[in-house]
Amino acid sequence: MTRSRALGTLAALLVLAGLAAGLGYAPPDAVQGNVQRIMYLHVPAILTAYAAIGVVLIASIAYLGGRNAVWDRVAAAAGELAVCFIALTLVTGSIWGKPTWGTWWTWDARLTSTALLFVIYLGYLLLRSVVDDRERAATYAAVVGIAGALDVPIIHFSVQWWRTLHQPATVLRPQAPTMDGAMLAALAVNVAAFLCTFAYLASRRYRLLTLEAEAASRAWR
Amino acid sequence: MVSGSPMIEVSRLTKVYGTQPVLRDVSLSVPAGAVLTLLGPNGSGKTTLLRLLATLARPTAGSGRIGGHHLVDGRDAVRRLVGLVGHGSHLYDDLSAIENLAFAAALVRLPADRVTLMAALASVGAEGQATVRVRELSSGMRRRVALARALLRRPQVLLLDEPFAGLDHDGAKRLEATLHAFKAAGGTTVFVTHSLGRGLALADRVAILARGRLAVDEPRGTLTPEGLHRLYLAAVEGEA
Amino acid sequence: MATGGTFTREAWAVFRKDLIVERRSKEGANALAFFAVLLLFLFYFALGPDRDRIRAALPGLFWLAFLLAGLLGLGRSFALERENDCLDALVLASGDKGAVYLGKVAGTTVLMLAMEVAFIVGAGLFYNLDLWGAIPRLLAVAAVGTVGFAAVGTLFAAMTAQLRAREVLLPVLLLPLVVPVLLAAVRLTEAALASEPWASSPWWRLLLGFDVVFLVAGLLTFEFVLEA
Repeated sequence: MTRSRALGTLAALLVLAGLAAGLGYAPPDAVQGNVQRIMYLHVPAILTAYAAIGVVLIASIAYLGGRNAVWDRVAAAAGELAVCFIALTLVTGSIWGKPTWGTWWTWDARLTSTALLFVIYLGYLLLRSVVDDRERAATYAAVVGIAGALDVPIIHFSVQWWRTLHQPATVLRPQAPTMDGAMLAALAVNVAAFLCTFAYLASRRYRLLTLEAEAASRAWR
Repeated sequence: MVSGSPMIEVSRLTKVYGTQPVLRDVSLSVPAGAVLTLLGPNGSGKTTLLRLLATLARPTAGSGRIGGHHLVDGRDAVRRLVGLVGHGSHLYDDLSAIENLAFAAALVRLPADRVTLMAALASVGAEGQATVRVRELSSGMRRRVALARALLRRPQVLLLDEPFAGLDHDGAKRLEATLHAFKAAGGTTVFVTHSLGRGLALADRVAILARGRLAVDEPRGTLTPEGLHRLYLAAVEGEA
Repeated sequence: MATGGTFTREAWAVFRKDLIVERRSKEGANALAFFAVLLLFLFYFALGPDRDRIRAALPGLFWLAFLLAGLLGLGRSFALERENDCLDALVLASGDKGAVYLGKVAGTTVLMLAMEVAFIVGAGLFYNLDLWGAIPRLLAVAAVGTVGFAAVGTLFAAMTAQLRAREVLLPVLLLPLVVPVLLAAVRLTEAALASEPWASSPWWRLLLGFDVVFLVAGLLTFEFVLEA
């Protein structure tokens, strides 16, 4: 309990530090001005989403290895957060796109592949919710969790090629070679803040799922 | 196997779907060569118990063994020992009877030559319909072919779900003869039925499930049809 | 563990059984071919009589039709296993469940390819396009793309077949995952129609990579799906 509280406190402090760094410490972008500051949300969000997808993958393999319900709950918690962080990526990308490209949505490679991930993991959660039998739900979810993660790099490359064979790469590239040191530092703080927030929320969600499972098994005992 | 040790033994078997327990703490054992008749109203967990014994479902809690093999860890060994005739016939409607048996034989790695398969069909009196598609067979004949399919692997245990439902007089007589022959050869049978009379006639042991619990588990002994009827009503109403 | 011989024999048995059933049942292969022709008409009505428009949209139309027919084919493939609880019998089979998986993938692939040939030939006839020279190349793309679709599709259809919401769930789970197949196959189909050199195209690597990754994943996880 206290460990979880400590993690929560750390996450909150890092988020505050990240806001300060992103809004104050980092200089405005030479081309885009203050608009570019949304990168400090956008990039950590997608990196955290990838981390969550990785957790789903590992927990899914572990679940199939031993059918231990613990891993199913880890996967469930991480899967829900993956959808949240992917959604955050899409929203921030869209807000960033409006002043930059003059439109809320564009078929940019990154936005497109993120949108695909959103649909895949939404389907993952949907599958979890429609299967009545707990063990069956866990097994199916594990298989989809593995297949989804395997598809991530393939989707990335296919969408990338699909776009770049038409038009040059867009501005929405965080690892632009011109990024200065203060910007990188601010980005790093925000990435840490997001990962910590993810870890905290996942641990709380895991705890809740464990309690629910215990309550359910007590109901028929 | 040591003689006298039970062929089927389950202990505190429990199956929960979602939050709904379908089977609770069922413990029973069936000696080799015996027939256990499983009775109970709809929804009492009979089919679930059969599925657990057939390794088609995993117990939520509790454990069981068939022929000494664990139902979960030893499920491949259990599957070699067990023949199941469930609600579904496990037959493809667009294949003929003999094609169905050939496919089943390939799946369980048995020789699928015509002579063996025809003999299997003949053992249930279906050899005349070997090349007829299952879709065109009468429901009684389908059941015979399904039984031939289950017997193909020469199982030591037969699990039957309502095998007499929908059979005419002749079909029922034949099935009884097949079951007697199976028993005479040392086979163990668990069969689920709604018919108390039929169940009692074939049984060495009678078990009654009510709301997922084992309410009665007795040797047939001197049980009369009237006695069984009273036990059944008491078991079903005692739970209600 | 299965030796190579029994593995192949089991996969072959499943494959052969699927093809026989599809050939004999009225709702099988014939219905799928009919569906293909129906789609040709629908696309024509949707796009209008302008031949250039149709020609430009053709690679996309091909693969949209293949995906739609594939969804139907996958649903069929497991509907016939659900009838009479045949899926239970597959679970109880003693062999490697990977063999069952490969047999089902091969069956679905062949069924879809038959429909795809019908669609391509139909497109040539009804749209009055000269596709005949491109047919070998079109078939090569169709085969490689279809294997990838069937590899994921068989795995997912085996799951959704046992659920109430299967009609909705299968497309919702499957279609986003096979977008790379769609992108790569449409590109390669464009190249095939234009008779461009394509042997070194990165899309081949992507498509073949997809096939391999998901065939291996399916072989390894199908048992869990069946035994769930």
